[in-house]
Amino acid sequence: MKPLNSTERFSLGRLFDARLLPLLITLALFLLMFGYGSVAYRGFFSLQVFLNLFIDNAFLLIVAVGMTFVVISGGIDLSVGGVVAVTTMISATLIQNHHLSLWVVTPLVLGMGALFGAFQGVLIQYFRLQPFIVTLGGLFLTRGLCFLINIESITITDPVYTSLAEYRFAIFGCFVSANVVIALVVFAVAIWLAHYSTFGRVIYAIGGNERSAMLMGLPVARTKVLVYTLSGFCAALGGVTFTFYMLSGYGLHAQGMELDALAATVIGGTLLTGGVGYITGTLFGVMILGVIQTLITFDGTLSSWWTRIAIGALLCIFCVMQRLLERHSTGKKRDSIGHQKGVKAAPPARQPEAASLGPNLTLEQPHGV
Amino acid sequence: MNQTSNTGGMRARGAALARHPLFLPLLALVALLLLNRAFNPHFFQIVNQDGHWFGSLIDILNRASPLALVALGMTPVIATRGVDVSVGAVVAISAATAAVLIGGQMHIVNGVETYASNVPMSVAILAALGVGLLCGLWNGTLVAWVGMQPIIATLILMVAGRGIAQLLTAGQIVTIYYQPYFYLGAGYLFGLPFAVYLVAAVLGLLWWLMKHTALGLFITAIGINPVASGFAGIKARTITLCVYAFCGLSAGLAGLLISSNVKSADGNNAGLLMELDAILAVTLGGTSLGGGHFSLIGTLIGALIIQTLTYTTYSIGVPPEANLVVKAIVVFVVCVTQSDVVKKLVIRERMTLEGGR
Repeated sequence: MKPLNSTERFSLGRLFDARLLPLLITLALFLLMFGYGSVAYRGFFSLQVFLNLFIDNAFLLIVAVGMTFVVISGGIDLSVGGVVAVTTMISATLIQNHHLSLWVVTPLVLGMGALFGAFQGVLIQYFRLQPFIVTLGGLFLTRGLCFLINIESITITDPVYTSLAEYRFAIFGCFVSANVVIALVVFAVAIWLAHYSTFGRVIYAIGGNERSAMLMGLPVARTKVLVYTLSGFCAALGGVTFTFYMLSGYGLHAQGMELDALAATVIGGTLLTGGVGYITGTLFGVMILGVIQTLITFDGTLSSWWTRIAIGALLCIFCVMQRLLERHSTGKKRDSIGHQKGVKAAPPARQPEAASLGPNLTLEQPHGV
Repeated sequence: MNQTSNTGGMRARGAALARHPLFLPLLALVALLLLNRAFNPHFFQIVNQDGHWFGSLIDILNRASPLALVALGMTPVIATRGVDVSVGAVVAISAATAAVLIGGQMHIVNGVETYASNVPMSVAILAALGVGLLCGLWNGTLVAWVGMQPIIATLILMVAGRGIAQLLTAGQIVTIYYQPYFYLGAGYLFGLPFAVYLVAAVLGLLWWLMKHTALGLFITAIGINPVASGFAGIKARTITLCVYAFCGLSAGLAGLLISSNVKSADGNNAGLLMELDAILAVTLGGTSLGGGHFSLIGTLIGALIIQTLTYTTYSIGVPPEANLVVKAIVVFVVCVTQSDVVKKLVIRERMTLEGGR
């Protein structure tokens, strides 16, 4: 824990442009890739191809927005892919096999997603567990629940559901699906939440320095639980839109989506150490993932696995870039290992408590093999 | 604690035993085994057929070996307060490398089946291990020299790795037709599966390194405080790099075992979710995710617990899909009981009890 002194505050202010840099690079990269596609492939440069990016990635955008909040707060949520899958599964089962109305099922699954997120948040906040391991357990749990409900894929043929899923809004002779509208509403609300609400500011403060935020009297515990609740809600909403998109529920849906959402967040310029991030950046991160897929589809000779390799490579470039910026802004070039997040947050929080625990706990247990 | 040792006797020794870090994992393993015994009276039976030992216990040992290898490699990584989430992908890459290099065709020469591999088997094995090592070095470089968070650094390979594995196998499931290669994953040596000896060798090597050199101390020191250990003269970066490299190597070895056992390599599904199982095994064994304390034997027990759990869900008729849910519940329970909050509660209980006496 290091208090912000005046010189550091000054340097942070000076480096505001540097922190915006990843966002600008992301934007430039998106334009470059879209431009390349337009030149290289016939029929690429059209409004519909651009809108298809939204149509095919609406659910990812929603999930990634939730993930962005978690990452800004300094955590991580690996359970989102599982939550999406279990949402498609529950929706499909209730609608198809139990003939419940769409208007009953959707609020129900959204509530379940939020509740599950809150459960993870409570474990993380009040039991001081690592977000990584808790949400990993969440991933296991949700994926397992899918297969407990049904091993097969359930196709939805309910007329109300399909008509809503196939509804198209016309824009300048082109069209978007209802999913896009939902995603854009989520996006707008997220921008307001992140940049114009108290809740958002507390999240940034927690991500910057949790202990300082606590000492400032900010509601850290409540906000952290709420952040995971929000992420669970977004994942469930992503699951609802995914059900619209696929018109089926299946336990293997959205496999690896947590990685895609995380990649979109990072590529969008959100720092994985927390405290810095932009919802708009996440939008462009999602768009870049979409453009990679579209480019590979238009090319036709490249196989689908190049998508993953390209995403991995981009992720690598952006992480290294973040790291360099971070070193630049903190001015510390030496202790790269020591400058990880866990190191920054964990020891000061734990040691004073350990001292009061009694003689046997102050000593770390010897590393028995 | 002092009070109890003063009163002395069996109670204190029993209490000390119960506080041993390996007590809970062992208890869990024994309980699981007994549960199996309750459902299947022949569970502990081991029979010797044609000089090979067969039985449920041997089966669990054999099937747990790839996971045990990965988890053993992961243990030092977690001890340095890191994590390697790419091991599943590395398993897939290594399996793909071995399968593509060996490939093999079956020819029938004069009515006798003969097998030919594309390249000598030793070369293929070395290449697969080399690829694993390379992946580990890549992760280690990102963590130690670029200074990324371990989760993120290894996430890159986790995302790209399956793509690379599919690139190697051209998106196909590559089947291996080369008899000698199957020995690795399915062969027997002195009556026991060969894979078990591999695990024992890796465990032995790690044990020796940790106990008879200062490496164990260094790793623990890095886990407790990387900066301070650097000031104390430990080459934190080099050791971190080596730890990740070893993790990649052992994942590569696990990839060999898996591809040899199923006689094929599937870029998409080989080692799927294995990183999670490995982390779970390490945690179950009493290694703290906060770093600074680890137990190799504990990891081995953790891997056995997970395999026994899988075996149990199959044998008592729970649908295999429930396996994931059971694992999730285990993760939550283990984490919550290991958490500082619960530990503090337990300590307080014990203190009030002892104070009251």
